[in-house]
Amino acid sequence: MAFGATPSETPGGVQLAVTGVSKRFGGVRAVEEVSISVERGKIAAIIGPNGAGKTSLLNMISGFYRPDGGSIVFEGRDISRARPSEVAELGIARTFQNIALFGGMTVLDNIMLGRHVRMKSGVLSSIIYWGLAQREEIAHRARAEELIEFLELQDLRKQQTSALAYGLRKRVELARALALDPKLLLLDEPMGGMNQEEKEDIARYVIDVNEQWGTTIILIEHDMAVVMDISDQVTVLDRGRKIAEGTPAEVQSDPEVIRAYLGGHHGDRVRAA
Amino acid sequence: MTGASRAEQAPEGATLPQLLRRNAETMAARPALREKDRGIWQTYSWKDYWEQARGFALGLAAAGFKKGDKLSVIGENRPRLYFAQLAAQSLGGIAVPVYQDAIASELAFVLDHAETSVVIAEDQEQVDKVISLQSRLPQLKLIVYDDPRGLLNYDFQFLQSFEAMLAAGRDFAAAHPGYVEAAVEAGRPDDLALFSYTSGTTSRPKGVMLSHSNLLMPAASFAASEKLTANEDHLAYLPMAWIGTSLVSIALHLTLGFTCNFPEKPETVSRDLRELGPTIGLAPPRFWENTLTAVLVRVADATPMKRRIFEYFRAVAEQADQYKAAGKPVPANIALARRLGEIVVYAPIRDQLGWRRARVVYTGGASLGADVFRFFRAIGINLKQVYGATELSGLCSVQPDAEVDPDTVGRILAGMEARIAEDGEVEVRSAGIFKGYYKQAETTGEALTEDGWLKTGDAGFIDKRGHLVIIDRAKDVGRLDDGTSFAPQYLENKLKFSPYIGEAVVFGDARPFVTAMLAIDPSTVGKWAERQNLAYTSFQDLCARPEVLGLVREEIHKCNAVLPAETRIRRFLVLNKEFDADDDEITRTRKIRRGFVAEKYAAVVEGFYGGAAEVEISAEITFEDGRKARLESCLAIEDVEPARQAEREPAYAA
Repeated sequence: MAFGATPSETPGGVQLAVTGVSKRFGGVRAVEEVSISVERGKIAAIIGPNGAGKTSLLNMISGFYRPDGGSIVFEGRDISRARPSEVAELGIARTFQNIALFGGMTVLDNIMLGRHVRMKSGVLSSIIYWGLAQREEIAHRARAEELIEFLELQDLRKQQTSALAYGLRKRVELARALALDPKLLLLDEPMGGMNQEEKEDIARYVIDVNEQWGTTIILIEHDMAVVMDISDQVTVLDRGRKIAEGTPAEVQSDPEVIRAYLGGHHGDRVRAA
Repeated sequence: MTGASRAEQAPEGATLPQLLRRNAETMAARPALREKDRGIWQTYSWKDYWEQARGFALGLAAAGFKKGDKLSVIGENRPRLYFAQLAAQSLGGIAVPVYQDAIASELAFVLDHAETSVVIAEDQEQVDKVISLQSRLPQLKLIVYDDPRGLLNYDFQFLQSFEAMLAAGRDFAAAHPGYVEAAVEAGRPDDLALFSYTSGTTSRPKGVMLSHSNLLMPAASFAASEKLTANEDHLAYLPMAWIGTSLVSIALHLTLGFTCNFPEKPETVSRDLRELGPTIGLAPPRFWENTLTAVLVRVADATPMKRRIFEYFRAVAEQADQYKAAGKPVPANIALARRLGEIVVYAPIRDQLGWRRARVVYTGGASLGADVFRFFRAIGINLKQVYGATELSGLCSVQPDAEVDPDTVGRILAGMEARIAEDGEVEVRSAGIFKGYYKQAETTGEALTEDGWLKTGDAGFIDKRGHLVIIDRAKDVGRLDDGTSFAPQYLENKLKFSPYIGEAVVFGDARPFVTAMLAIDPSTVGKWAERQNLAYTSFQDLCARPEVLGLVREEIHKCNAVLPAETRIRRFLVLNKEFDADDDEITRTRKIRRGFVAEKYAAVVEGFYGGAAEVEISAEITFEDGRKARLESCLAIEDVEPARQAEREPAYAA
């Protein structure tokens, strides 16, 4: 196989178990007693209206927020108190709703940066460069090039990210997250603000990542058609609480979801999607 | 043949795989193919090339592929697609490359007509296309893919990876030692090697059957007359189905043993060109027109100072070139300015375009406007015209270095002959003349004269020096009402020299005056609109803006200024779409299908000559996936003011 990373282990088994987590900001109860469990190698979607607590939940998994209560267990390890860098080292990568790339750096450099936690050479050997650090640099560059090919960014390799179109920057951000060789990938609205064609492209990449490397994926997305198309399981949040979960078909026909999330008369549209 | 070339060393009457095997022995370690992958150039030596082709041939043999079977490749230029074609030919099979951007119905037609039994698809997109056609292709037994991306969960018995084929080949080899070697040995130069489906400016594609010697003879003759060597570097990025690709990247490549390079992907071609700096190049006129447009766009975006410097030195270069062409000495001041220009303008542009190391580059496949041609020559790129036809295995004439002239296509190659028939049609005799159209014996008869010369379908003559001059497609050359003869392609090329005009179709046969239907170039006109602060919503909207129509009118004025009064363009219309091969308006090699266009836009032609100020058109457009939609619109027909004509020709005003 041409690609460097290998699927972590055989699929199956719970990889991430979020149990009864809550998060309050002052008087606002952003997330209340939410539990989600995702099996290895699955694509899980989190949907819900604005302010439902989706991003807060993702932030807790990736270590940006500390939950006020409950536990988050990743591959048998409690990470509810872990710092973002520790979470990253364990193999959880994410992208952001508002793109967080280094605008002055090239596409390639941004992706190489994503491999930072995987780099082992210390300050001294990096200064000397030849030998260990050089070998390491070459290996990491090879992986970065695989991702560039995977996400079809070859013609943009040396371009500054600030000069790229929005959809392309989203793609670069995905590449940087993948550069971590994640076991679990968290995508916060990967298709937000995109046109239909760009959405289809990203959906294809998400499926390919999942197939090629067996990466577990949790994504927040508003486009119901895409969610229903690509995810194995869907969790619905509303005002910080989980109101439904199941397969896309189950969630689609759940009256609670139709009422709370889309409003009664929008039900037809969900089914149509 | 002259002695300087390696071509002489090609054994008389070899086959393509025999040459591959020879190269694998005589220059085993030299680079044969290079592909840019993961950001670096990955090299395959001649030994690798042969071993991969042999390995794949074994896999094909294991799958029951035998002499006379056909194999099609669909995709961009990729080493494995070349391995596969040579593998098929090693077993006595026939390669049938198809255009990678062909829509499903075209693909189905070719694969079915050629009775292809094995398809090598570059990636998932192409695999999906072929699978969707499978029920219409009873002969198709096997699809092999190169890039496994996205195909891991496909579960079809007839779908195999390239690696799996090599593995099956290894098992087969254990039971049949020396199998491929024997098959290659048994190959005869007269065996069929390639079906090249012609783009067909007139009708359905026809399968041109070419043998090994058909392909190799013109290649050897061309290599000798152009003194090409094993040290050339070539970047192959044009469709594999184009005969020019088979000629250069296979026949010439195997004959001489130079290095053939493949770009990373179509979008990176210009960067890869620059990085690689090829020593030779062959591209259709469209490529040179686009390159010139790209240069002019960059110039227009530059600072006024830089723009003036460029314009000045461009004028200098063209003047110097004209002196040279006329055989006169270049005046000292121009010669000096030219030398300065070489440093500040010409060399940097050549470098940017990737032709810094180029010894010679060619344009062929259709005629290139003299102005475009002159531009490249003026800045020091040795651009030359070649002429040929698929039915001639590509080439039959080239301009010698000392006799380059935008109006001719050069001298007939050694070992070939050309003559002009009574009706003005060019006829050629060559060892490259094809073996016939596959399953179309009657049509084959029509293409050949009784004594075996090929009727090229082009009108032309042979000038005093012995150069062949092509006027136009024989059936396109027409006469206006008053008897003035006019060649539409010549006028179209004049129009297309404008960076703003992307495509043009000119009418006038049996009509009182000349009219033109144009499609603007979206990138340059878009940039122009940006500079003018001209707001527009879509391509259609842009095309209909009065400012844009004014811009186009200006361009037509410029073009008219150098034309004789009778053949000036009097009326024009700017179409609100680009001509598209998916709509059958142009061929995959981007030649206008004139008859079809005239028929499709009959309403426009009627409007032109009926004096209408606008015309309703309803054009069918085809999406890439084969779906169709109708584009209904009302377009304005514009008159080009007969500028200053009234003064000179009072009769007209009266």
